[in-house]
Formats: sequence, C-alpha cells, structure tokens
Amino acid sequence: MTRPTLIDRFKTGLWHENPGLVQLLGLCPLLAVTSTFVNGLGLGVATLSVLVVSNALVSATRRLIRSEIRIPIYVLIIASLVTCTELIFKAWFPALDRSLGIFIPLIVTNCAIVARAEVFASRNPVGSSIVDGLVMGTGFALLLMAIGGFRELVSMAWLLALLPPGAFFSLALAIAAKNAIDGRRRHRRAHAQPRRSRLINR
Amino acid sequence: MAEVSVIRSGLTLALIAAVCTALVAFTYRLTDERIAANEQAWLEQSLQPALSGLFFDSGVSESVMTIPAPHDLPGSDDAIVYRVYSGETPVAALFVVSARDGYAGAIRLLVGIDIAGKLTGVHVLEHRETPGLGDGVESSKSDWVRQFDGRSLGDPAVEGWKIRRDGGAFDQLTGASVTPRAIVKAVKETLLYFEANREAVFLAVAGTDDEADE
Repeated sequence: MTRPTLIDRFKTGLWHENPGLVQLLGLCPLLAVTSTFVNGLGLGVATLSVLVVSNALVSATRRLIRSEIRIPIYVLIIASLVTCTELIFKAWFPALDRSLGIFIPLIVTNCAIVARAEVFASRNPVGSSIVDGLVMGTGFALLLMAIGGFRELVSMAWLLALLPPGAFFSLALAIAAKNAIDGRRRHRRAHAQPRRSRLINR
Repeated sequence: MAEVSVIRSGLTLALIAAVCTALVAFTYRLTDERIAANEQAWLEQSLQPALSGLFFDSGVSESVMTIPAPHDLPGSDDAIVYRVYSGETPVAALFVVSARDGYAGAIRLLVGIDIAGKLTGVHVLEHRETPGLGDGVESSKSDWVRQFDGRSLGDPAVEGWKIRRDGGAFDQLTGASVTPRAIVKAVKETLLYFEANREAVFLAVAGTDDEADE
C-alpha cells in the first residue's frame, strides 16, 4: 500500500469522506447556524482550528496516554481548545461571536472532532494528524459555507430556506447532489474502461 | 501492578488537566481586556438608538441600576435602567425590559424615555420571532419601531396604546400582529412605570451624588 499524497488526502477530506456529507458528523451545528454564508464561514473556521490543534495535541501525547483514560483526555483537550477559541472570537470577532452565540462553545460536542482524535490522531504521527485535521476541517467548513450561502440566496425568494426545515432540505440536497455526481462518475468510468482499472482505483 | 497503573493513569490525567488549565488561563489573560472593551462598546452602541436627539455628557453605561424582580415593569426577570444626565440634571432613562407575550419567547426591548415622559426611541435588542414576519420589529429590517419616537402616555391616550387591529393607534406588521401587540403593551407598561416612579428612578444616583458632595 502506497502512502496517499497530499492531494489524495484533500480529496478524501473534502469529498470522499467529508465529515458532513459522508460521515454525517457534527450535523447539529451544521443545521443550526448555516442561515448565512458568514455564519457558516465563522463556525467552519472555528471548528477547523479546534480540529487541527486537537489532532496535533492528541497525536503528540498518544504514547503517554493509556487507552483506559484516552476519552477523558480527549474531552479535556477539546474542551480547553474550544474555550480558548471562544475567548479569541469574543476578543477579535465580537460581531461573529454574537451571531453564532451558543454554537461556538458547542463545538465541544461536535463528534467529528472526537472521531478524528480516536480514529486518526491517536494512531498517527503529529504531522500526518495535522494534515488530517486540516483536510477534514476544511471539508466541514466548505460544506457549512456552501449550505449557508445556498440558504441565504434561496431565502430571498423563498423564506422557508431560512427556517429550520430549510436546513434539512439544503443538507439533503447537498448529499443527494454528491451521491448523484459520484454515481455518474462511477457509471462513466465503468463504461469507459474495463473492470481492471476500477479495482486499482479503489 | 494494577495499583501502579492506576496511579500512573491518575498522574497523566492530572498533568494533562494542569496543562489544559494553564492554556485556558493564558488565553484568558491575553483576551480579558479586549473582551471587556468589546462588551462596553457593544453596550454603548446598542443604547444609541434610544438616545437620539438628547444632550448628555455622562457615560451612559456607568449610570446603570438594576430593578430586581418582581417589579411593575414588563418581564419577570430583573430590569435594567440606564440614567442619562446632562451635568447634574436628569435627561432621560433607558429601560431594558422584556415583553413576555411574543410569538416565541421573551423579546428584549430597550425603551428610552426623556424626563418629560416622551419616548426617545424603542429598540429590539433580542428576540426569537419568525424571520420574515415578526422580525420586522428589528430596526435593521423595517421602520416599524420608529412610530414610537416622541410618543407619550398622552399621545395617544392610554386606551389608544394598542395596535390598529385592536382599535389602537399603532400599526401592526403585515402578517404579524402578535409581536407588535406584545411590544406596544410592554412600551405602555414601561411608560406607566416611569410616570409612577420617576423620582425614584433618578433619585438612586442623585442621592448618592448629594452625599458625596456635602
């Protein structure tokens, strides 16, 4: 098995294993704050930075930590990082902090972060874990921005997009679009080339 | 062996807890002053809509007074009053109250009343009303709250402090009457409170000022 390149890693985080679209993690903040593009961007950047630093710390301490106490330690690390992020937002982006409100402290409950700590950072070296945090966080942030922007645009014509049902519809549309694109790509590949290359691509 | 590993785990946990606490404490030290300044600025900024056309020289946010619940103002939580002075003379009082009978939860209102009992401005600070319908009461979304400017308990008379649909003098919003009705009622109750307690509202600081001067 060859090591995946940086571009492959980005493809994985942004598309094939996007935390929001494929792993369906962190949907609570995703649905709740994406009423505008800027809110999506704000929460996306906050989640991304927490994810990168928490991955780095979990990975750096992975040899020190016995597996029985790993969960409390993830919670400690993530909770402190989220508190720091909240303070930083309050100090330098007060307007964004007001519009995101409770969802900044609630990043602590975003399962995407604990999942990456458990699945990836606790088993891989620091550099690789930082890259993982970066690609997964970027995938999540881009999805937040896309849904935020979409809802903001559509709400000009159709108010429902701004209300909670609009969030569910938008996410469902995004997932459906991704699956449709994947399906068409798979279909095209199957017709263009014989089976062998498909197996290698996997 | 088992005991050793328990102790070792405990120590690891304690160590990481200490490092994390230090990290949070450091960030707090770093951001503390900026956050306090931001909150002060936000407060002053959100009081502005109720201060239009007033001459005053005191720092408004410093003259704050809390009226503990229960009180006769709208809302069941503590109400906040900012007193505005020009020199020693009281100019206006800004009340932060909540209208409880909105469509979805309490509506936090800033109600500015000058010394003569006229409204200097009404501003919605916080609400959870339906976007696109009830949120027209936000001054950034429509001019609806401007109709209160300059009104008082005599203009219209107390019976007229209702929305038009209920036979009063104030416009409702298209498609939303619950929110405007709640706000009109809360503003009326604030005016009534101010009329009954005008001296007490300003006396709290005037009294301490006198003691300091004499």
